[in-house]
Amino acid sequence: MSVTFLQVAMGVLIFGSLLCLDRIGRGPTAPDRTVAIDILGTLMVGFCCVMTLWPQTTDSPTAGVYRDYYMTVAIAWTLTSFVGTLALAKYLEGRCYDA
Amino acid sequence: MLETIACWLFGIGLAFDVLGCIGLVRLPDVYNRAQASTKCVTLGTAMLLVATALFGVGGNWAMFVKAIICALFLLLTSPVGAHAICRGAYISGVPLAREVSVEDAFVDRARTIRAEHRKQAADIQEAEREKT
Repeated sequence: MSVTFLQVAMGVLIFGSLLCLDRIGRGPTAPDRTVAIDILGTLMVGFCCVMTLWPQTTDSPTAGVYRDYYMTVAIAWTLTSFVGTLALAKYLEGRCYDA
Repeated sequence: MLETIACWLFGIGLAFDVLGCIGLVRLPDVYNRAQASTKCVTLGTAMLLVATALFGVGGNWAMFVKAIICALFLLLTSPVGAHAICRGAYISGVPLAREVSVEDAFVDRARTIRAEHRKQAADIQEAEREKT
């Protein structure tokens, strides 16, 4: 995969993250922000995909090898984000919005 | 051949991701936002992971297996998380955008759960007051 394509992919993901940050900053209620944080966590897995395929410099000792340790990061990120989302959801459920 | 398919998957996944994020910003209330963004971004990121897995076929099988496992985890956990957030939002009383939404039978159940929560909080407060 060419570097240009990966750079465009990185730009698109950064644009999406900025939209998520907009919602986190401006969301009128707490659940809006929680949803946006969850989506931002999922986008981070996309960033991990791009970083996995990003080519290394030709003079490095591991040139031509994919950085597959980023996939381990992605797995850990998915599970941690899931636990965090569930904790936030339980917190939201116990607290009255209009009280 | 495999690489071409992976590139197309990558591009389509990115399109889904960015459309989900636009939905997160544009739609009127928290339920619409959660629905649009969770569906699109989950599918899009799963496509990115499958594309990464296809790049690992023949040569880097560790990356293949890790990417497939990550896609499975993502497809299992993301909808559950979004459902929990929406349930919590509805029970805590976040209003719906009236012009586009209808309330269903869960409205009574949510009222019951909310009353239980209020009663529990009142009990705890009373117990603390008696203690001091």
